[in-house]
Amino acid sequence: MIEESVISRVLGTALHTGGDFAEVFAEDKHSSSALFDDGKVEELTSGRDRGAGIRVVVGDTTGFAHTADLSEEGLRAAAEAAAAAARGGGGGTRTVALTRQSASRGYDIVTLPEDVPKAAKVELLARADEVARASGDAITQVSASYGDSHRRILVANSDGLLATDDTVRTLFTVSCVATGDTGMQTGRESVGHTVGFELFDLCDVEELARRAADRALTKLAARPAPSGQMPVVIASGGGGVLFHEACGHGLEADLVGKGASVFRGRVGERVASPGVTVVDDGTMAREWGNLAIDDEGHVAQRNVLIDDGVLTDYMWDHLRARKEGRASSGNGRRQSYQHLPMVRMTNTYLLAGTDTPADIVASTERGVFVKHLGGGQVNTATGDFVFGMTEAYLIENGEVTEPIREGNLIGNGPEVLTRIDALGDDFAMGPPGTCGKDGQGVPVGDGVPTLRVTSLTVGGTAA
Amino acid sequence: MSDELLAIGDRVVALAAPGEQVEAVVVRGLDTEIKVYEGEVESLSSAQSAGVGVRVVADGRQGFAYAGTLDPEALAETLAEARDNASFATPDEFLGLAVPDGVAPAELDLYRESLVTFPASRKVELAVELERAVRAADPRISGIEAAEYVDSVGEAAIVTTTGIRSVSRDTGCYLSVYAMAEEDGETQTGFGFSVGREPADLDAALAASDAAGRATRLLGAVKPTSERLTVVLDPWVTAQFLGIIGFTLSGESVLKGRSLFADRLGDDVASPLITLVDDPTDPAAFTATDADGEGLATRRNVLIEGGVLQKFVHNSYTARRAGTVSTGSAVRGFKSTPGVGTMAVSLAPGTATQAELVAQVGEGLLVQDVAGLHSGVNPVSGDFSTGAEGLRIRGGELAEPVREFTIASTLQRMLHDVVAVGGDLQWLPMDASGVSLVLRDVTLSGA
Repeated sequence: MIEESVISRVLGTALHTGGDFAEVFAEDKHSSSALFDDGKVEELTSGRDRGAGIRVVVGDTTGFAHTADLSEEGLRAAAEAAAAAARGGGGGTRTVALTRQSASRGYDIVTLPEDVPKAAKVELLARADEVARASGDAITQVSASYGDSHRRILVANSDGLLATDDTVRTLFTVSCVATGDTGMQTGRESVGHTVGFELFDLCDVEELARRAADRALTKLAARPAPSGQMPVVIASGGGGVLFHEACGHGLEADLVGKGASVFRGRVGERVASPGVTVVDDGTMAREWGNLAIDDEGHVAQRNVLIDDGVLTDYMWDHLRARKEGRASSGNGRRQSYQHLPMVRMTNTYLLAGTDTPADIVASTERGVFVKHLGGGQVNTATGDFVFGMTEAYLIENGEVTEPIREGNLIGNGPEVLTRIDALGDDFAMGPPGTCGKDGQGVPVGDGVPTLRVTSLTVGGTAA
Repeated sequence: MSDELLAIGDRVVALAAPGEQVEAVVVRGLDTEIKVYEGEVESLSSAQSAGVGVRVVADGRQGFAYAGTLDPEALAETLAEARDNASFATPDEFLGLAVPDGVAPAELDLYRESLVTFPASRKVELAVELERAVRAADPRISGIEAAEYVDSVGEAAIVTTTGIRSVSRDTGCYLSVYAMAEEDGETQTGFGFSVGREPADLDAALAASDAAGRATRLLGAVKPTSERLTVVLDPWVTAQFLGIIGFTLSGESVLKGRSLFADRLGDDVASPLITLVDDPTDPAAFTATDADGEGLATRRNVLIEGGVLQKFVHNSYTARRAGTVSTGSAVRGFKSTPGVGTMAVSLAPGTATQAELVAQVGEGLLVQDVAGLHSGVNPVSGDFSTGAEGLRIRGGELAEPVREFTIASTLQRMLHDVVAVGGDLQWLPMDASGVSLVLRDVTLSGA
């Protein structure tokens, strides 16, 4: 993308006012999407984003500038701007010698999306639409969307690091509306992996479409969700977002460092029920949050955050790790070259236990069974978090019974972690997610086995 | 500067093939973001960005492509890609670009040279002052999660083969702070902000006292017991609620069978106290603009009047399909085709202050903030459930703080359950204004 000698000179420019650290992050991203909605191929979109972000760190201050101009002139102008923003003190010249590092993601992309005819992408959408509509007369609207991205990045910094990565992601989503006597209900299913068009060898879009349609149809008969505290059983693969919100964000070192996490100062302490092991793992092959290197050039890692109930470590990016005199954990990520990196999750999951999923439900007298969760949100400083249930049922006398309407569940992270009293032996990763933090979205994965929380507040309207 | 963007748009449109409609959206922006922490600049980002989006309609088919650059060679490539994309779309007789409709754009003054020339060092001072003021506001303030100054200078041109040639530019800035308060080992948080077109509009002291007040008044909050009760939504919460209502009134949602309110024009859909207006020509709105995403003049649209549904918002496509005219409500960035949406919604305000509403309510709950609207509200089914925090109302006065509970109802019921609209209208850094709103019979789920 950029010649090595140019990068060296740009880093030199970035440091000419006396910065402690400088970095060039260059990105070239092609993306394409296709939308089938309302019975028609509504549109195909192609996009190209290419540019570089340059940061200069002086003490605790970071200056940042970005440019879409990858010529040496454009890069040096951005480097000047970043250096000025950081307002370094003394002058001086530094030469940066770069060492090219290689990192492999351990598997190959089989079919690059740009090598696939657009007609083939459109054909998948039409099939999904047809199957979803055939699932029931009550299905009144269907939209199906396809998206891919091919992102090449180059990261070089004044520590001499030079690393590159080439990432391909493919995503497919089906959303249905079902209409009945009680109004409209929706069902959505998506699948996404860090792979090329071979996604569709791994996943059957017709099956995905049927599941989305069935979710909407099931909810037509749904009763209002209950209101109040009760046991909640979360289905395998359906609820990783629970841990993403209940503890994931609170274990991000930037928030911890500002005292904005209920988990600050708690490394080494028991924070969760015995048997609860939470991992953030950027190396998981083909998962949505997979990385070869993070957006600061650090090789992706598998990091155990909570080990058998004990908090072992936070997640780190370059700056926060440098301040603490330790290594980054490979969690420095950014939405694009136009953004500064910060501590972000990759694939966050809870390891399986030994309980039988059927036994977990059977031993629950009354509660809610959440088959599928939507998004969530957390206040890391208080630990209070919410997450939405997009498919859920009542549990009555140890059996899953009637479907309930959508709503949020609310809990407090540190409390919920100690209220997990059953872990199934049926771990599965869930659908692809986009994690938002400080206005930046990045792709993340999550996964859980079937599990039970002894008490969570269900935010419905029924007594 | 803007002439340059128009010229780029003209160049793209000049490449249209016979019988082909071409639209170019050309944007350029300069954004500055300054975060401070403990009196020092934590980060200062200053960046210029630009891009072009090209839409082609040919033989009733639409295609789109964008590029994050204004390089001359990228323009032709982007057009070629959009043209190729169009060939795979399903023909639709209603597709087509906007056509000038004779509505003159409102004369809005949204650009301030004073922001452009405001030195970075002064911006840093504003952010540092904000943080200092928050920390000094109350001894229980234990820290800040973020204190920032953000501004943007944006300009956009839209040019089409159908005769649209629109250009607009604006400036905007805000201060925002997220404070933490601590007492007896418990932490609570609160935010504050101040919004303006130029730095002189910003009030750091107000943002700081809001954040500190919101955080400290939640100290000691407990989980309330479940019950049905009357709630007062803070203006900040009401504005977010209005944004969701806006979705249900989009012509696209209606045509595609995703709106609760399809077939309800002329019906009573809300309490008679509700008059909902979408008016991007109001210069006080943070999202004010004189042109929509297709280059048509924006206009004041009364959506609900006295509880009666009057109108849906439309872009050119949905209007043609619905047999009506565009309401100037095409919304988009340069990376997408125009959607349809409300741009600056507000409720016609009443006269009561929040304190007067609290006194009238007697027993209930003031909802200070909500969490998880994106995960717990379904604008298609109308199910509404959101995490919340706030203060109990007892004997007509604000009483003990409460947290970790949800409030739930349905959008349909909530509109009918409005019993009072406050007079405290304020524009917020989003596409809606807020006002204190009283709703009866809401379900609180807690302990």
